[in-house]
Amino acid sequence: MSDVATTKADIAIVGRRPPSRSFWNNVGRRIVRDRVTMICAAIILAIVLAALFAPYVAPADPYRTSMARRLLPVGAPGHLLGTDELGRDILSRLIYGARLSLVMGMAPVVIATLVGGLLGVVAGYAGGFKNMVIMRVIDIFYAFPSVLLAVAIAGVLGAGVGNTIFSLVLVFVPSLARVAESITIQIRNQDYVEAALATGASDWSVVRHHIIPNVTGPIISYASSLISVSIVLASGLSFLGLGITPPEPEWGLMLNALRQAIYVAPMNAVIPGLMIFVTSMCFNLMSEGLRAAMDVKQ
Amino acid sequence: MPLHSDMATAHGRDLPRPASEDAGRAGRPIIAVRALRKHFPIAGGLLGRPQAWVQAVDGIDFAVAPGETLSIVGESGCGKSTTARLLMHLIVPDSGQVEFEGEVIGERQGISVRDVRRRMQMVFQDSHASLNPRLTIEDSIAFGQRAAGVADAAAKAQARRSLDMVGLTPSMFAQRYPHELSGGQRQRVNIARALALEPRLLILDESVSALDKSLEAQILNLLEDLKTSLNLTYIFISHDLSVVQYISDRVLVMYLGKIVEIAPVADIYGAPSHPYTQALLASRPTQNPRLRRSAPPLTGDPPNPISPPSGCRFRTRCPLAKRICAEREPSLAPAVSHGGHLVACHARHGGSNYEASAA
Repeated sequence: MSDVATTKADIAIVGRRPPSRSFWNNVGRRIVRDRVTMICAAIILAIVLAALFAPYVAPADPYRTSMARRLLPVGAPGHLLGTDELGRDILSRLIYGARLSLVMGMAPVVIATLVGGLLGVVAGYAGGFKNMVIMRVIDIFYAFPSVLLAVAIAGVLGAGVGNTIFSLVLVFVPSLARVAESITIQIRNQDYVEAALATGASDWSVVRHHIIPNVTGPIISYASSLISVSIVLASGLSFLGLGITPPEPEWGLMLNALRQAIYVAPMNAVIPGLMIFVTSMCFNLMSEGLRAAMDVKQ
Repeated sequence: MPLHSDMATAHGRDLPRPASEDAGRAGRPIIAVRALRKHFPIAGGLLGRPQAWVQAVDGIDFAVAPGETLSIVGESGCGKSTTARLLMHLIVPDSGQVEFEGEVIGERQGISVRDVRRRMQMVFQDSHASLNPRLTIEDSIAFGQRAAGVADAAAKAQARRSLDMVGLTPSMFAQRYPHELSGGQRQRVNIARALALEPRLLILDESVSALDKSLEAQILNLLEDLKTSLNLTYIFISHDLSVVQYISDRVLVMYLGKIVEIAPVADIYGAPSHPYTQALLASRPTQNPRLRRSAPPLTGDPPNPISPPSGCRFRTRCPLAKRICAEREPSLAPAVSHGGHLVACHARHGGSNYEASAA
């Protein structure tokens, strides 16, 4: 009698085994427990939401100038963060500017991750001659200092959103391809890839099921650290007059315009720079949190 | 396998028998290897041209009969694992050929590499590294079938059957990830993955070496059971001579990329012929304290496989070496004692001028 009862109890316990979690499932759980990452994520989320709903959030029209209300100090009535050199509300311009600044931060990184990741995985998996051709071409781009390369390309192509994104993509592709290639080579030498090839599967199917799922984590972790660099570089290009053109609100451009007022209204001049700093730092800390969450012995 | 012998006669193929084939065995071998050779380049210099060649596997011949277990033993670096990978064509041989069930593996004629990989499967040493950490057990096992174009549901059903065969309850394990399993369970999964493709031949490359002794025994028993129930043939690669003695029908001893001796298990353990085999057996730990020895039977490292010794490769460490051993390479031929026992040693071959040679 009692034997039967125990057996049944055992089965019941076995039946309630906690569900298996995939790698990404576990990463998600660890990130949620990481306070710094969550605070940064909240700040980024707030900025993204403000940018998305800018017309509803912004207190004023970001383009409306007023000669009478130029360079009002921070905290002036009706202008929480003061006004710029043309009397436009800084807070509103920051909110609208988040749209372009975020696009300039993310778009080049996303495109470069796809392009560089693809090149790196192909080079790493194929090896031999194909690897050599791809990686030597990448090395040529790698040889230029990144800022100089971006400035040179943007200078040749002219200012504008599309050209800026293109030049930043070219800046990021080489390093992403290098990272993707080295991780792919590492994964390619794992026994499970050999075992997969030993089943007679095609290269494409091995790459799709065994290589790509294992290289995406490290690549995303590295790519996320580039978002802050991209924001700063894009702002820098705008600052130099090679990125976004006035009167579009963009943080780098605002910083450039207010620079001349730094002796008159230093606080006003600092605010766009502060936004660039906070946003890029949040992206950086989030990327660090992601890296830590993925760096687990399995 | 009456079916296959029928096929052989139907095709009227009369293939030259490899020299090493066990004369006592009837029927066609499941796998026959002829003059298989693989030298790995060592790149160097400015242009990465090969500066030297590591002679990992240097012209080996052997055959495995259907249903038998052939073990390959030898020191680390003697070419055991390279041989396994050459058989699977995971490494492309420089020369020589592998024949599977009478068909040459190759692009032009015979059986394609992809087809042979399904009929021949391999279980690796590192149970952890050989499972993709991002896939569930079920997906890992079903991958091979899916890649072969089997429908998703059928591949999963097959995966569950294989899990059942290796003693892992599918409902408990199918959805788990490799890191949630113990080493022994993982190695069972690796065996299940190999079985899912319904192979005829299983290559076990140090598959139990990394497991602790009790698990090792479990897995060995499992392998024995599977062999009978699924009619499998094993090529068992190991450095553990006790395990080899337990599991094998025949044993192949390798030294520095060459076969030095191949014989039925009783002969290898009861009457080893090659001096290297004798040394290898003498180096086994013994349970009997009175038989324990402190002096190693073999001293020094194996010679560099980049520039192996002339003649017999073992002569630099061989107690029987004479001048002839440096001058001529011994062929793998029947030992003086009897037929099915092949050995590559001048001292064991009649009429090899060994007796007459200066020391």
